[in-house]
Amino acid sequence: MSGAAQPFFELWVYLAATPLAGLALTLVMYAAGWWCYARSGMHPLANPVLIAVALIVSLLLATGTAYQTYFDGAQFVHFLLGPAVVGLAVPLVREWGSVRRLALPIAGALAVGSLVALSSVVGLAALLGASPATILSLAPKSVTTPIAMGVAEKLGGLPALAAVFAVTTGVLGAAIGKYVLDACRVRDWRARGFALGLAAHGIGTARAFQVNADAGAYAGLAFGLHGLLAAILMPLGYWLWTGLAS
Amino acid sequence: MSPLLAGLTWLLVFQSAGEALVRLAGVPIPGPVAGMALLTVALLVRGGAPAAMSVAADGLARHLSLLFVPAGVGVMLHAARLASEWLPIVVALGVSTVLAIAATALTFQWLVARQRGSVVDEAQ
Repeated sequence: MSGAAQPFFELWVYLAATPLAGLALTLVMYAAGWWCYARSGMHPLANPVLIAVALIVSLLLATGTAYQTYFDGAQFVHFLLGPAVVGLAVPLVREWGSVRRLALPIAGALAVGSLVALSSVVGLAALLGASPATILSLAPKSVTTPIAMGVAEKLGGLPALAAVFAVTTGVLGAAIGKYVLDACRVRDWRARGFALGLAAHGIGTARAFQVNADAGAYAGLAFGLHGLLAAILMPLGYWLWTGLAS
Repeated sequence: MSPLLAGLTWLLVFQSAGEALVRLAGVPIPGPVAGMALLTVALLVRGGAPAAMSVAADGLARHLSLLFVPAGVGVMLHAARLASEWLPIVVALGVSTVLAIAATALTFQWLVARQRGSVVDEAQ
């Protein structure tokens, strides 16, 4: 590095070391992702999270910036996942009348969906020869990121890897959900939303809210219930499983 | 206090209560999920959410996907593992996501139709 580029390089090194850069980068790249998403008429494949992550990773790799340096700033955005999960109580209470009437479909779909999500990912990964740490990090992939990280840690997986799998699943579910649901001929917005929230947690829920208010409320419900169920049952189930196997 | 700020304050208060509850009870549930359960009970007792809380909660819900970006960028830390195990990871994630969406939606739809059917039977 020499000549005219030197002051800019020093400026970048200075900025990248403050939380400001990671925070600003996250919001600017998400805005860029959102712009593409809006321009495409909210096409499910133009997912704003996918675009933002791709742009940020490219920039960090190009400038040789460490993930930890980026996360020092981005953690403020990451932290808001907590109050956002708490806030899911609001649409849930708004829909409480219909939630009570549909208690049976909700409980049934939650039980079937969470079992299918867990058993299929673990079964396929084991069958195709994934390593144990990868399998245990894949297990909570349909559960929201903070919960997936906690569950993976309890199972002996890698929390940071579990977070990546959860985000990937969320983006994937939000992108292909429409096509799967159309192919299954499910037209009820509540069933469509519930399936997206269960399989693709917060990212699926965000997509559901953008498409239809009823779908969003049921996605939030599925996302919250699945998180609660997984947080309690996955560590317990694994403990029983390993206890019986040994 | 602006509605957004008041609403966000309430959400953080309930998250803190949730964190405190799981610590005291020693259960392995994430604090925000316990906070969500507590807030649901509180709002049901109160008979609905105050306008300020709706502003904050709906605002966060609409841009929920932004909050996953920092964790998603963590993919760059795992490039080696992803490169060596990409096939099982891609197939397992892809197929499992399709199956989970289909199974959940079809179960939900089937049970709603069954319930409606039995209500019609009772009416006759």
